[in-house]
Amino acid sequence: MLRIPCPHCGVRDEPEFVFGGPTHIERPDPAVSDEAWTAYLYLRENPVGLHYERWLHAYGCGQWFNAVRDTRTHEILKTYRMGEAKPSLAGPSPAGSP
Amino acid sequence: MSRRPGPYRLPSGGLVDRANTIRFEFDGKPLQGFAGDSVASALLANGVRVVGRSFKFHRPRGLLSAGWEEPNGLLTMGTGARSRASVRAPIEMLAPGLAAYSQSGWPSVDFDVGRALDFTAALWSAGFYNKTFMWPGWHTYEPAIRRMAGLGHAPQSPDPDRYEVRNTHCDLLVVGAGVAGLREALDASQSGARVVVVDSDCQLGGRAYWDGSSIEDEPAHAWLDRAASKLTAADALLLPRTTAVGIYDDRVAVLVERTLETSADGASPRAPGAARLPRERYWIVRARRIVLATGTIEQPLIFENNDRPGIMLAEGARQYLRRFGVAIGSRVLIATNNDSAYALAAELKQAGVTVLGVADSRRRVSSDLSNAMQTLRVEIFSGCLPVGTQGFSHLKRVTLGRLSADGSSVEPVETYDCDALAVSGGFTPALQLYAHAGGALAYDPSSGALLPVREVAGVAILGAAAQSVPSGPRVSPGGRAARKWVDLLHDVTVGDLELALRENFSSMEHVKRYTTVGMAADQGKTSTVATLEVVARLKGIAPAALEHTTMRPPFVPVTLGAIAGRELGAHFAPRRELPMSGWHAAHGALVQDYGEWRRPTAYLRPGESREAAVRREALAVRRSAGLFDSSPLGKLEIHGPDAIEFLDRFYINDLTTLKPMRARYGLMLRESGVIFDDGTVTLLAPDHAVVTTTSSGAKGVFQWLEEWRQCEWPDLEVAVIPVTEQWATLALAGPKARTILSRLDTDIDLSAAAFPHLALRVGHLLGFPARVFRVSFTGELSYEINVPARAGQAVWDALLAAGASEQLQPIGLDALLWLRLEKGFLHIGTDTDGTTIPADVGWGKAAANKRRDFVGKRSLHLPENTRSDRHQLVGLEAAAGAGFVIGSHLRIEGSPEPSDGWITSACITTVSDQPVGLAMLRGGRARMGQEVEVYDLGARVGRARIVNPPFVDPTGERMNA
Repeated sequence: MLRIPCPHCGVRDEPEFVFGGPTHIERPDPAVSDEAWTAYLYLRENPVGLHYERWLHAYGCGQWFNAVRDTRTHEILKTYRMGEAKPSLAGPSPAGSP
Repeated sequence: MSRRPGPYRLPSGGLVDRANTIRFEFDGKPLQGFAGDSVASALLANGVRVVGRSFKFHRPRGLLSAGWEEPNGLLTMGTGARSRASVRAPIEMLAPGLAAYSQSGWPSVDFDVGRALDFTAALWSAGFYNKTFMWPGWHTYEPAIRRMAGLGHAPQSPDPDRYEVRNTHCDLLVVGAGVAGLREALDASQSGARVVVVDSDCQLGGRAYWDGSSIEDEPAHAWLDRAASKLTAADALLLPRTTAVGIYDDRVAVLVERTLETSADGASPRAPGAARLPRERYWIVRARRIVLATGTIEQPLIFENNDRPGIMLAEGARQYLRRFGVAIGSRVLIATNNDSAYALAAELKQAGVTVLGVADSRRRVSSDLSNAMQTLRVEIFSGCLPVGTQGFSHLKRVTLGRLSADGSSVEPVETYDCDALAVSGGFTPALQLYAHAGGALAYDPSSGALLPVREVAGVAILGAAAQSVPSGPRVSPGGRAARKWVDLLHDVTVGDLELALRENFSSMEHVKRYTTVGMAADQGKTSTVATLEVVARLKGIAPAALEHTTMRPPFVPVTLGAIAGRELGAHFAPRRELPMSGWHAAHGALVQDYGEWRRPTAYLRPGESREAAVRREALAVRRSAGLFDSSPLGKLEIHGPDAIEFLDRFYINDLTTLKPMRARYGLMLRESGVIFDDGTVTLLAPDHAVVTTTSSGAKGVFQWLEEWRQCEWPDLEVAVIPVTEQWATLALAGPKARTILSRLDTDIDLSAAAFPHLALRVGHLLGFPARVFRVSFTGELSYEINVPARAGQAVWDALLAAGASEQLQPIGLDALLWLRLEKGFLHIGTDTDGTTIPADVGWGKAAANKRRDFVGKRSLHLPENTRSDRHQLVGLEAAAGAGFVIGSHLRIEGSPEPSDGWITSACITTVSDQPVGLAMLRGGRARMGQEVEVYDLGARVGRARIVNPPFVDPTGERMNA
């Protein structure tokens, strides 16, 4: 069980939250090609290392927020409010594994 | 006065209460022990050698250890509903009247017919099941194999005890209340930290409780008592009899506390008032810092026939001696690869037990030890290992062998008559929890142990678990491989490991799965390290080059009841009741679960079948009127100047032309174009709309709207408020609906001219504030009456009274779904699935005509969504055969496909008494008037004609009346 620091409420247990998948995904102009639109719909990064993702504090403040999680350790390095700029944190180590 | 029930109880010594005799039974035999005994120590004292039969070969097995790692002494405690299977005998404390049973022998552990398997062991190698029981199929053999191989039985009746889940948090969680753990807890609690201390044992102190040592120049017990009172005074939570079974992300630890002891029927209160105690508590602890002072697990030596009853780990033997006053035998031989077992030799000797000597696999033994043994007249056989044993149900002889200089071979030297062999194959730290927390372990050649190789933030290792004990060779190079046991609980030998490698299962994970080594209920606590050594030797590499298999929670088996806690029966999931649920129950409603809601399916009259009731209710609506409790209908309030703009970005229908106090039906899509939900949008004012959703979609639609509002369009001035439960929703439908509603006290003008279809009127009903919508899911003149939830029953009663003369009837969900099917109205999730787009259900034009972008619009133009052979919703009439069964498949004549579609909804129409249905059919809309074949469960059951719904009132006259 993760302990997730909601930027509005503080640290809470994972069962209070709903995972919303990768974040900072730009919705393209509908005039784009089928390929570009399909990529927006379905193509996602699956990094070993830092993953920028969206969570909903469903059983708390009801707010969506963003989190940066290390997929190797599940450590949440940072959470920040929706609308705040994507923080640049250190990427995964060159070896790609701990 | 010394008393000694049991031939192996020493006349004095140990920490048991010799004044307090406890009677108990093992396999029906009455026995006696003392208060303070574990079940295992009491059995040993009574000379019970065989406590179980091995899993595969049904060989007799005796106790190996005095702790959680025990692979052989897994017993069933108690009988009936409270019985518990596979309880570790060394951990279970003896309680008056306890009835313990061995689990794996038939007809008994002493005479087991399955023993014949042992004599044919060559047939039963690793992978044998997979290779042999293949014809005609595994299921032919499974029942017999399961009976032979089983490990205890689950109780046949429900568990009468209560279990509890508790949550807590702390600054420091100390796992293991030995001296190291207690010191750390004391330090932290003195500085004001909130501390939780947990230990599997019922006593604090770990080994110091029984090994006679002193702590800080003080007798151990005095120090331990003082530590406990200091911790209690500092408000630390001390949890003895509690095992930490797992560490999860972010230092969330799970502990299982055993609060009740076992007696004749399984459970007896430990203290007055204990009847109210739960049987076990499942603690979820969020710890800022965790200290693992979990000690070590002693490992056995691997040699031929190393599994006989009477062969026991030396530390276990020491604990039986010093804690329980029990000798493991009368003539004891000791074999070790490290210094620790010499203490046992000295203590046995002092207790008057014959010690035949200490075989040490190391060629050199320190002078301190050899001097000490010389003083005690205990011989040391250096460079020696056991190479063979004899004795069927009881160890009788052990042969020692001398290792060659390079350790690659061993030469038998001498055979000794003895009834017990204490072995020590070194110590590996008990760091399963560290591994759960993300730690990594690697084989250390000097100690033959798995040691931690990296730091885990917030998790520290202390005490014996942080130290390593130098040790010598552990595995005898001689003897038959198929008779050298590595995993006692799963009966895996060196021979099985050899076979796995020969068959090219070379990674440790594959070796494990093929041989099942380390996969038994003890999870390899006494086999993982030896497995690494054996596999490494067979591969000709160093053990350190191999990765051990993953250690996962739980550290020890956990009772399912403890995990469930109180979330059983009615508490399994939250249940939502309708505002009028009491009335429904009192009036024959067949109430069923629809998601979280409990709703009437139909109202059965005495002697009436469900089908007859549904038909009667549906006919009432067509002929006169019906009243439906529609309260679960999802209701969202949308407020703000951008309310319309916001909603218009979701629905495929144009909402910008919607006038105040008017309603419009709409479909909502996922970004992929797939239909997500449907409902009506009604404007109360330019900045205030009410949206309805499907009952099951209420929560999902709210979350969906909120995600877009918060994440994508934060600039819009709009708020979404879920109000489903605030309103009771009563749907009054049928040609007599207006007549009936007019009889209630209301300030709303109900005339057709003043209140047309798809309009909203806000006013009062019986004095309650009311929102009345003219929307229809039945195809009849229909009012959806919303009043505050608390007013629902009054309005319901008043409507039924007012409609009595018109034969108004309450109707359930089944009738409603029949009526909407006849009308050809969609039921999202029934007629649609996770691939259905608007064009598939006849809404393609509406979506195409809306010029502005909305969620999902772009996806409707993707090639997949514009294919002409997509499944499309069509109506069905029976051309031949009986009625339609939902889920039946449709085939177009001459089609190359096994199936061209399926029936999504079916009913008997109220108009003509004929079966009709809705179906998704490949290219269906181009096939109007054609016939298809209907298949149910593979059999052709009839033919159907493709038609265009609706089946009633195609012009909508009735609905608009």
